[in-house]
Amino acid sequence: MNIANFSQMLSFIKPELAVSVTILVVVVFDLIFNKNKKIIPYIALLGIVVTGYYVIQQYALSGTAFPTSGKYGMVTVDAFASFFKMIVLIATLCIVIFSYYSDEIIKTQGRLGEYYTLIFGMVLGMFVMISASDLILIYLSMELMSLSSYVLAGFTKLRTRNSEAALKYLIYGAISSGLMLFGISLVYGMTGTTNLYQLNAALQGADVNLYTVGFALILIFAGIGYKISAAPFHFWTPDVYEGAPISITAYLSVASKAAGFALLMRFLKTTFVTYVDPHGSWQLFNIFDWQTLLILISVLTMTLGNFAALWQDNLKRMLAYSSIAHAGYMLLGVLVLTNKGVSAVMFYFFVYLIMNLGAFFVVMIIANKIGSENIDDYDGLGYSSPFLGVTFGIFLVSLTGLPPTAGFIGKLNLFVALLDKQMVVVAVIAVINSVVSLYYYIRVLKHMFLTKRDEKISIPVPMPAFLFILVMATTTIFFGIYFTPITSWAQNAAAILHF
Amino acid sequence: MNGFPILSVITFLPILGMIIVLSMPKEKNREVKIATLVITILQVILAVILLANFNYSLGGINDPKSFQFVEKFRWIEIPGISWIGTFKVDYYLGVDGLSMAMVLLTAIVTFIATLSSWTINKSVKGYFALFLLLDTAMMGVFVALDFFLFYIFWELMLLPMYFLIGIWGGPRKEYAAIKFFIYTLVGSVLMLLVMIGLYFSAKETLADGSQVYTFNLLALMNPKNYTHTGLLSPLNADNIRLIAYIGLFIGFAIKIPMFPFHTWLPDAHVEAPTPISVILAGVLLKMGTYGILRISYPIFPEITRQLMWYIALFGMINIIYGALVALAQKDFKKLIAYSSVSHMGYVLLGMASLSAVGINGAIFQMFNHGTITAMLFLIVGVVYDRAHTRGIYDFGGLATQMPVYTGVVIVAFFAAIGLPSLSGFISEALVFFGAFAVTTTRTLAIISTLGILLGAAYMLWTLQRIYFGKLNEKWANMKDLDLREIVMFVPLMIIVIYLGIYPSAMLNLLHASVAHLTNFMAQHAQSFLISSL
Repeated sequence: MNIANFSQMLSFIKPELAVSVTILVVVVFDLIFNKNKKIIPYIALLGIVVTGYYVIQQYALSGTAFPTSGKYGMVTVDAFASFFKMIVLIATLCIVIFSYYSDEIIKTQGRLGEYYTLIFGMVLGMFVMISASDLILIYLSMELMSLSSYVLAGFTKLRTRNSEAALKYLIYGAISSGLMLFGISLVYGMTGTTNLYQLNAALQGADVNLYTVGFALILIFAGIGYKISAAPFHFWTPDVYEGAPISITAYLSVASKAAGFALLMRFLKTTFVTYVDPHGSWQLFNIFDWQTLLILISVLTMTLGNFAALWQDNLKRMLAYSSIAHAGYMLLGVLVLTNKGVSAVMFYFFVYLIMNLGAFFVVMIIANKIGSENIDDYDGLGYSSPFLGVTFGIFLVSLTGLPPTAGFIGKLNLFVALLDKQMVVVAVIAVINSVVSLYYYIRVLKHMFLTKRDEKISIPVPMPAFLFILVMATTTIFFGIYFTPITSWAQNAAAILHF
Repeated sequence: MNGFPILSVITFLPILGMIIVLSMPKEKNREVKIATLVITILQVILAVILLANFNYSLGGINDPKSFQFVEKFRWIEIPGISWIGTFKVDYYLGVDGLSMAMVLLTAIVTFIATLSSWTINKSVKGYFALFLLLDTAMMGVFVALDFFLFYIFWELMLLPMYFLIGIWGGPRKEYAAIKFFIYTLVGSVLMLLVMIGLYFSAKETLADGSQVYTFNLLALMNPKNYTHTGLLSPLNADNIRLIAYIGLFIGFAIKIPMFPFHTWLPDAHVEAPTPISVILAGVLLKMGTYGILRISYPIFPEITRQLMWYIALFGMINIIYGALVALAQKDFKKLIAYSSVSHMGYVLLGMASLSAVGINGAIFQMFNHGTITAMLFLIVGVVYDRAHTRGIYDFGGLATQMPVYTGVVIVAFFAAIGLPSLSGFISEALVFFGAFAVTTTRTLAIISTLGILLGAAYMLWTLQRIYFGKLNEKWANMKDLDLREIVMFVPLMIIVIYLGIYPSAMLNLLHASVAHLTNFMAQHAQSFLISSL
């Protein structure tokens, strides 16, 4: 490998390098300015801006780098990857703002350096995951991300729930990554390669046992399914989401899910697609019936998430189940196996990022004051804090998927992708699910606006937090009425690099 | 109306009102009410201007040229990538005779409901803001000609309605509000699926000659626009068009409400505050039948023809069942709610005949039901405000105590029964003429006439129990109507009497559109069928 070639390859991982540098800077600052930790969030913001610059710069780039053997590399850069990196980055930006206002995190002031180091560790893991086109790299990036998030889930150490969450997360995570590694080893044993592009060719050479391949692929899927909290790999989600600090819960529900979906879609398209027809439909070669598996998982995930959410009285737990249900909706976009589906998922992620983080932020601001996430403590909040009440209402309506909010357009895109493939039954199940979801979202509104409480509690909202919520709520409505830019962006970026 | 976007103004004026109301200080209750009243009066004036400039000879329905006050521009356009094609949604508003009648009704009923809202004293600002938002959504549904836009307005209605029932309602308001919400949402998601299905089935030819998938309702009515492979294309051999029709129909039927989807209505009515009941009965229920006439009928003419007997059957069940249940009620408001179910049955029956007379009668009945039932709910509101009870047996002999009020009651009740010279008579008569003339629906029409008898029975019996007989001493001090209440009844009474004596005022408005609709359906039922051969 010559030097020129190497530096050219480095340009493929500029955002990842920027994240790594941020990690180092945070660590160094943490050591030097031992007394004053206030500066660390600003370093984090700076790191995000720089990384964002490189991600945007990379947008036009497409290709692979760091080949192990042959011409296909371990890292793939394309518009699709840039889109998801941007989603992760925006989510990270929001989480820095979250952490700045979160009482839970403020209480751990002394360990703020660790906190941001771990967050950026996760970002690095997710970035690599989004770009990875080699099973080994996929595995490593998932581990990098998971290990950081295990620690973060138990970071505050304030409650036993906290440690319980971290431990549960760790155990489930260890098992699923073990299964995945086993699957990868089987695939490697059969084909002699771990590179996704080479696997595509190797698996088409029909000299493999279909059952063994199916078994191995299901094992690999278990690892990914765990990350996107798809049923039946979702059991950790409610406990972890409830126990973890709320900023981390919010982060897990959006960013790590985004990375998981990006990985799933890249894995499917790169490894199993022979060609893409002019209508954007993927033609998979005949080795494993992904569509049926995904339909089952998707229907199971959304139904389970929605029905379990009906009985929750803790809002964090309710939002956890709701995020499982949303993973089910987003799988709808994957299971159609078309470009249209991919762009629908991407659009949905953008919308989901805004509305879900908005909802979590409001829950956090309220929890800061009243110290509880229980739905009964929300009684009459709509009157004592009308701003929080109304904006939370907007986020919940958007999560339900009613017009004129962005959540509706997101769901519409998914249903459009489904009906385009004439999957009427799945579409009917999905819309019935969204009716069910209405009940638990609206229940929160009921407590806030329909139930009165005598004592008045006023919840202080600092100005920047107020602006943050306002921006999130306005964008939720705005993209519900005028969504052209996001849709075009998602459609243009939906082309996953594929040979 | 040279270039003046009157439909946009009439639709979005309430949003402007909402912003004004929200920006007012909290304690200015009276000013908030006056601001809302001004907005709704302006809306009535705009509706009258529309009517004055309306050309009665243009049909509308599927012909873009004969829609009036049209506003059309591209709202959303996402230039296509090879695999997706252009995605476009038009902001497309326009009225024909059918929607003109509904726009008038909406403007009038909203104005009356605002007057009736004067007694609201709890969170006044919030109430009127939501009220105005609801107003925009209702108006929007009646003027939208693009399915996507229609759907947005349709759904926009749900949230304000949920809160209006849920916050300002009676003792079981939360239950009623969520029930209303969930029922309606089930209907609208079915509609959403059909909407997407239709989108993928037909292509509209744009001015520049390119063909794109479309939500344009008018383009969806043309069988030539359907692609061969489309999901809901007439060429599709499966019965998918039938299934889609039924899905769409259920979506609308829940709103009407048609038996067996009617159970949300009594709850919602009983719990809702009077003005919201007025809006609900006066305007919201009409959206169901309006949707069927505007969307289901012209887009699926061949299936409508196939299912007309069933539609009439459900109409008949609504008429008889609603009336029977109304007979058994002890709660005045619940009785009126079930009478609504019965009266909407006439609309279904008239529509099902697919004859010009029957459909004329159905739309006329929609308008009349809107005005008459609004009066009935206001009447209930008047006694409830004074006595805080609605039990029919709690009253008696109110006529001696409140002569003016009883006069209004008699007019409204007789209009509801369908006494000649009041508007209800004409529309019910037309419905029966229409349904009787067509062999398919004749038997059902004959059975349905029982409904008139039952209607007279429960109405007159109620009249007797509440207003005549011995005065219950408890209510000896009940005051007669005050000026505000008289102002709220008078316009409705004038309309009911005027249209009873001179029904042509409304029928002329409807005539061209209905004639166009029936001709068009007769013709296209054929071409939809032929193209499937």
